[in-house]
Amino acid sequence: MSLRSSARALPTLLRVGAYEALAYRGEMIVWMLATTMPLVMLALWVAVAQDAPVGRYGQPQFVAYFLATFVVRQLTGAWVFYTMNFEIRDGTLSMRLLRPVHPLLAYTAESIASMPLRIVVSIPVAVLSLVIVGSGAVTHDPALWVLWAVSITGAWLISLCVNFVVGCTAFFAESSMKFMDAWLVFYFVLSGYLVPIDLFPPALRAVVDWLPFRYQIGFPVEIMTGALTLHQAAALLARQWMWVLIGAGATSVLWRRGLRQFAAYGG
Amino acid sequence: MRYLRLLGIQLRTSVLLSMQYRADFLLDAFIEVFWMATAIIPLFVVFRVRPVIAGWTFADALMVMGWFTFLQGVLEGAINPSLLTVVEHIRKGTLDFVLIKPADAQFLVSTARFLPWRAVNVFSALGVFAWGFVLLGRAPAPGHVALAALTMVAAVVVLYSIWMLTVSAAFHFVRIDNLSQLFSAVFDAARWPIQIFRGAVRALFTFVIPLALMTTYPAEALLGRLPMATLAGALAGAVIAFTLARVMWRASIGKYTSAGG
Repeated sequence: MSLRSSARALPTLLRVGAYEALAYRGEMIVWMLATTMPLVMLALWVAVAQDAPVGRYGQPQFVAYFLATFVVRQLTGAWVFYTMNFEIRDGTLSMRLLRPVHPLLAYTAESIASMPLRIVVSIPVAVLSLVIVGSGAVTHDPALWVLWAVSITGAWLISLCVNFVVGCTAFFAESSMKFMDAWLVFYFVLSGYLVPIDLFPPALRAVVDWLPFRYQIGFPVEIMTGALTLHQAAALLARQWMWVLIGAGATSVLWRRGLRQFAAYGG
Repeated sequence: MRYLRLLGIQLRTSVLLSMQYRADFLLDAFIEVFWMATAIIPLFVVFRVRPVIAGWTFADALMVMGWFTFLQGVLEGAINPSLLTVVEHIRKGTLDFVLIKPADAQFLVSTARFLPWRAVNVFSALGVFAWGFVLLGRAPAPGHVALAALTMVAAVVVLYSIWMLTVSAAFHFVRIDNLSQLFSAVFDAARWPIQIFRGAVRALFTFVIPLALMTTYPAEALLGRLPMATLAGALAGAVIAFTLARVMWRASIGKYTSAGG
């Protein structure tokens, strides 16, 4: 299971994953439509900002913010915990272990492979945002866009690690799906997905700044919509990647421990 | 009478089944309560900025949230599990066993499975109502409570009918679990009073997917400001939805050919 053989298998894995995503495109598009929450919040906040802006958000800023949220959610989505959970439970994981590619890498490739389809869905929304709000909807600083790309990668990596950690709990616990439910509760409320972080009461905000959730959605959105200066963005980026490292560390520990007590059933 | 007894039996088996998973029950109950509490944070933030939005104060909006929580309990505890079982039956072809039983098939499939622990949501809903009325500084009038209960019956009937229509669709498409995901995503919008939405979205949520009927109208009834005409419309809507669901179910059953064991 050397790194080189894994790397050589990567293009094939990606291709297989992309075909798979394409084969279930109908299903995937329904899944994406199911992430309409930002649009509901958009309608709500636009109504709230009807008479006067809220904080620094007027109606156009809210439109830009929530359409960006939709795009970021699409680009950072990862749902491999579902497959992992299933395969650990019914023992098909042993098949993966036999292959000369690290299973976690294979899962990662599956997740990346669904990206092209996700990007295709995001483009119309991004264009719509530019049409409605004008070019003020996004930042014009190229340096910020570079940071944005890094932050999107970081956000996706955090999601992926959360998926891995929750997936690994299937080694130890019976109802591992519930952990994801619990995570999602926090994720929806504290990530800036429903309410922009800067509208939170200050005390809550200070806490949220140190939690991982904001770095999964709110942070890239804020860079994208020009809410942060270069300096602020760089500082927050460091905290985001701290969470990436924590996630990766937790994944590797749990994976190794779990594998040790993994016993494939049936087969 | 016979159907009441049948319902009793179905309920008992479900309770016995769920009792086997007590740890799950506790975790589930905890997540439900917690989810409800966090779901109020956006409400809190929104109303901190503006005391009144589209004619709703924070206390008023809590009523909508309360009914939403209540309905979610009904949906996940009584409607969803049963109807997902039907989909399984259709896919495996085991629906035959239900159809040959000497009772109405729609009744049997609709009562096949209950998740009693989701009833936690009903209690959370009562808590939310209590909080709202404390903020309002008054108790609800008994007449209004009765009206709200009546509206809620209409809401549950409509919710059930929508699900029944989805299940009927399963006869043609087989896989509908992502449709149910889509529905829960849309249903989330029912946390907010309908008056917040405008134009096409409001029309959509009033007439096509009647979220207004499900949470806003019962909340208005509880606050004692639901116009009688709207109530009549809601009840008529419920009757129409139920009839439609019944007709569609009969038609789908008529066309059903077993998937060969």
